Amino acid sequence: MIKAILIFNNHGKPRLIRFYQYFAEDMQQQIIRETFHLVSKRDDNVCNFLEGGSLIGGSDYKLIYRHYATLYFVFCVDSSESELGILDLIQVSTIYIFMTVFVETLDKCFENVCELDLIFHMDKVHYILQEVVMGGMVLETNMNEIVAQVELQNRMEKSEGGLSAAPARAVSAVKNMNLPEIPRNINIGDINIKVPNLSPF
Amino acid sequence: MSDVVEKTLTALPGLLLSLDSQPGAAKLCATSRLGSLVRSITELTSKNVGEEMAEPPAGPLFHTEKPCHVRAIYCEMLGYEASFSYIHAIKLAQQGSVLEKRVGYLAVSLFLHESHDLLLLLVNTVLKDLQSTNLIEVCMALTVVSQIFPKDMIPAVLPLVEDKLTHSKEIIRRKAVLALYKFYLIAPNQVQHIHDKFRKALCDKDPGVMTASLHIYLKLIKESPESYKDLTDSFVTILKQVVGGKLPVDFNYHSVPAPWLQMQLLRILALLGKEDQRTSEMMYEVLDESLRRAEINHNITYAILYECLKTIYTIHPKSELLEKAAKCIGKFVLSPKINLKYLGLKALTYVVQQDPNLALQHQMTIIECLDHSDPIIKRETLELLYRITNGQNVSVIVEKMLDFLRLSKDEYTTIDLVGKVAELAEKYPFPYNSWFIQTMNAIFSIGGDVMQPDIPNNFLRLLAEGFDSDEEDRQLRLLAVDSYLSLLECDTSGLPQRFLQVISWVLGEFSFLKEGLEPADVVERLGKLLDDDAITTETRCWVLAAMSKLCGSSDALCKAEKVAHKYTSCLDTALRQQAVELELLGRDVDLRTRVLPQHVIGFCVWLQVDSSLSFLDGFVSDALARGAAPYKPPHQRQEELSQEKILNFEPYGLSLPVSLSACSLTDRQSPTALSLSSSLSGNSADPPLKAGSNLLKLEGVKRVWGKQGYLPEKQATEEALAQEPSSIFAPSHQQACSESQQTTFSTIVEQDQEKRQLASSLFVGLGSQNAPCLVRTVSQMSVKPTQKRSKTTSIHLTSAFAQNLSDSTSEAVPAVGNTEVVEASEVSSLSGGSGPLAQPSSQVERGLESDLPSRLPATLVGLLRSDVEELCSGESLSLSACKVFDADALVLAIFLSNISDSSIQEVSCLISSEQLKVPEMCSTFSVLSFYLNGLNPQLEGSVSCASQATQSFSLTLSLVDFIRPLPLTTEEYGKMWLSFSHDVKQNLMLLKHEEEDQLEAALTALKEKLCLHIVDVIGAEGIMACQLVSGRPCLLHCHTHGGMLAIWLRSPIADLPDCLLYHCQKAIQER
Repeated sequence: MIKAILIFNNHGKPRLIRFYQYFAEDMQQQIIRETFHLVSKRDDNVCNFLEGGSLIGGSDYKLIYRHYATLYFVFCVDSSESELGILDLIQVSTIYIFMTVFVETLDKCFENVCELDLIFHMDKVHYILQEVVMGGMVLETNMNEIVAQVELQNRMEKSEGGLSAAPARAVSAVKNMNLPEIPRNINIGDINIKVPNLSPF
Repeated sequence: MSDVVEKTLTALPGLLLSLDSQPGAAKLCATSRLGSLVRSITELTSKNVGEEMAEPPAGPLFHTEKPCHVRAIYCEMLGYEASFSYIHAIKLAQQGSVLEKRVGYLAVSLFLHESHDLLLLLVNTVLKDLQSTNLIEVCMALTVVSQIFPKDMIPAVLPLVEDKLTHSKEIIRRKAVLALYKFYLIAPNQVQHIHDKFRKALCDKDPGVMTASLHIYLKLIKESPESYKDLTDSFVTILKQVVGGKLPVDFNYHSVPAPWLQMQLLRILALLGKEDQRTSEMMYEVLDESLRRAEINHNITYAILYECLKTIYTIHPKSELLEKAAKCIGKFVLSPKINLKYLGLKALTYVVQQDPNLALQHQMTIIECLDHSDPIIKRETLELLYRITNGQNVSVIVEKMLDFLRLSKDEYTTIDLVGKVAELAEKYPFPYNSWFIQTMNAIFSIGGDVMQPDIPNNFLRLLAEGFDSDEEDRQLRLLAVDSYLSLLECDTSGLPQRFLQVISWVLGEFSFLKEGLEPADVVERLGKLLDDDAITTETRCWVLAAMSKLCGSSDALCKAEKVAHKYTSCLDTALRQQAVELELLGRDVDLRTRVLPQHVIGFCVWLQVDSSLSFLDGFVSDALARGAAPYKPPHQRQEELSQEKILNFEPYGLSLPVSLSACSLTDRQSPTALSLSSSLSGNSADPPLKAGSNLLKLEGVKRVWGKQGYLPEKQATEEALAQEPSSIFAPSHQQACSESQQTTFSTIVEQDQEKRQLASSLFVGLGSQNAPCLVRTVSQMSVKPTQKRSKTTSIHLTSAFAQNLSDSTSEAVPAVGNTEVVEASEVSSLSGGSGPLAQPSSQVERGLESDLPSRLPATLVGLLRSDVEELCSGESLSLSACKVFDADALVLAIFLSNISDSSIQEVSCLISSEQLKVPEMCSTFSVLSFYLNGLNPQLEGSVSCASQATQSFSLTLSLVDFIRPLPLTTEEYGKMWLSFSHDVKQNLMLLKHEEEDQLEAALTALKEKLCLHIVDVIGAEGIMACQLVSGRPCLLHCHTHGGMLAIWLRSPIADLPDCLLYHCQKAIQER
């Protein structure tokens, strides 16, 4: 189970936090500080996993993080999650997040933009995370579903007289984005999985 | 910063209120304005953030509530409280448009938590939205439900969420499944009835819904793998299809089909196949397929591979798969990518317990990882080394760990590793006394005050109790004293408090061992410790306690008193008590000689502690005579308390048959005795007998055999292996591998030579071929008894007072003469049977005894039985009975014999009993159930036939007839002992004082008379076990002292110990 998603910058300022287990307000801040302390002193050429840290869950608790430009994306998970799996999940969600954020700011350079745009579109980032992770469980990793969600959101914004970004632009933006290891196949197939016959209920 | 927050708080509500007056103004403008404001806030790093925030361009910015709430969320994230906006967030979720609702829900889910009061206001909104036709609203409601809903609100939304499982949209079904999973986590009982629907979700045609349902199944299977074995086939099929690429392409990630789904499935398979060969066999094929498919060199394939490895090593092993898996581990470990290396080490750590050879294969890599720049990798390597530690490499590994500890500053790592080092040091202390002391010293000085408190405690206990040989103990203690004396010479200010406590205890206890060392010297050195202001009062207490132990000589006493005097007026009570005690001790010479016997004898005499507190017997019996209530252990009190709360439908206090004076019935169950017994069973994992002591050591059995289950046999084989020179580097089949390594490394310079030396010292003694399978059998062995035990306890928990105690089958066997089958037709007391016509028997049957076995049914021949007893006899009929003690029943064989010359007609036999319930009767046997509300149930009956008047008879059964031996091991006994709540304890007088081995004799008598099973005899104590025919156990613990036999009985059934005690008493007296 994912216990928390923390995004903070190189100075330890939180940019987005989402806890899937309840912690009191001051405890949350303490966890952020401790996590930043643990993560920030590590070089870029060491592994992306950390164990220990006493606050969330002791030995049953891992930190898996990625460092993009000025931001740390940290997932706090328990031992039932796969390290590499989460590492790629971070990447996927980061792409989704940037996708939402980028809709408005395509012309700007990625590195300068990401941190502040994260703040301006905090609500949207939360919505996207809600689609990927629900209640601490990985809900959806299917690219098309997420794109559909983004489209839906944008349509809503548009109908309310808000921002004017077209969903098509969002998708093309993602496709052209120069991120490492971006997923390529975005087309909807129609082969369904065959479900085994179970005993009658 | 607090005033800043205050200003913000005061400013914002006003703004929020002003919103309502200007709805729907230029929103576009507001959004961008908000942007600039937030930008300006975030760019400010100085302390005057709040001033800026307090004077925002009021009015126009807050046209809608939406950005306001986003701002509040931002404030909360930064750690400022924004509780004023909570209620507004709820309002927005309730009343706003869809877009506003979304913000409202988001804010609510971030602000509120499970036990927040305001959550109640949200229930109606959620209910309304769950019923909405708008997909987005339903989604939002489901999300918020799964995020913050507490236990007591689940029933309100459960039916609606349940309905959503059949919704036409996949996304809704998927979220509903996850919401139900969340409910299951919080309150498993409430979703008990929808397990069938989970199955439907698993069969859903949308893979996303199926994936979501796997979360539930992972959890369910983790809790009880047994009940889901039937699904194994389905999971395997699903995985096969996923691996085979049957999913739509958009589930691909880096051209791997649904990797997260695969990982989840592999985890489930691991749980299902654990220790189950049949289930494991079903999955071999698909696991092989997964291994084969994971060729592409990308993170996500490695993630799958890693899960696959774990599964393969968890399920029932298959050598072919294991081989492939071992190769894959190599891929991880040898990878240049550091993340993969980390996982490789983790996998090795996991695997090495089953197959230490794998560590040997990668020894050079492991050595390199030891010097890695990343501390996380280093720690993982040490963890791996910890798992492969044995008697020969322990010193090298501990050295490495201590090196790491000296450099590490992370508290969590320190605590964790210090514990491990201590464990290793205690596990292998024998050949290295000085090494042991040095290591422990290092642990204490590094671990300081953060380490687990049981480390110093264990160390001190180890010192105090010693090992097998006295000489070694003496040496060890002397070494400790020496090293601490020299430590005290140096500067002690840097030493942690715990270490100082250990030092003072050891010096106080054992400094007399060092010849030529004056106690006064020691007192003086300890006194110097007290001068340091940094020392805590707790440590001061320890030091004073040590001093009072050294007060044997007047010189030392004088010095100690001087020091103690300072503290007699100290504010800390514990310290003052210690000081006053020391002063008193100084004044009272008699007391001193009694308390400190080494002053007289010159050697420490171990005090014998009377753990049963028998010296209080007089006091207790006096109190009881005055009418005090007998002592009941806390758990029993608790139980009775909980019983009192409900109405009592059971009959009141049955008079106990034990007609003894109150004095002898003293329930001497003191809390200490209780805790002693708990430690008895706590240690039962390492049977005291094996530890080689002649007493039942109740606590502090040395942990030579740790968690890994090192058996003495294994130790022996390892040691034997160590004798062989070949094992120094690697076992024979490893030789080739290491040789090839040697050739490749031929050009390597000295530095590598060092590494190889290190390697050989680290991996020495590994790879004994039998080790892996040995470990496995041990683990299985340890699992089985626990399962068994839990089963029995679960039965007994349900048994209440005066409950149906045992079912005894009483069999009316048509036996003697040519009598017809006795027909018993009526339930309960009346039974009538009329045999049509019995053939006249020509000979009179008298010699029953001799040919009885042939008359008994084949199933009963060979069982223990009582003598045949004639119950009644008349002119033509004689009735005799014999008790046959079957394992699960008491069989009453009733023999009807025709002793006349003519044939008998219309034989009827009637058996009844007041205390035995006769629930069912059939033609040849009847089942009687036996209530324990009378000790000696009577069977009464009458027999009649045409030619003879009715004759009545009676037969007395006793509890002893229903007792059977219960074969247990000492471990099982220890575990059961704790779980039983009803106990009785009593001292019985042993009549024959002159006997050599009173215990032995008493136990034998009990065994013979009562059919008890003697579990173990340890010194002056013996433990026995028995069960009623129904399988309800009773445990006995006997202990002889001074002509008395202390018997302690425990059972899950209330009256059983009492009744059994009575019989024990009888058995002992009749001996």
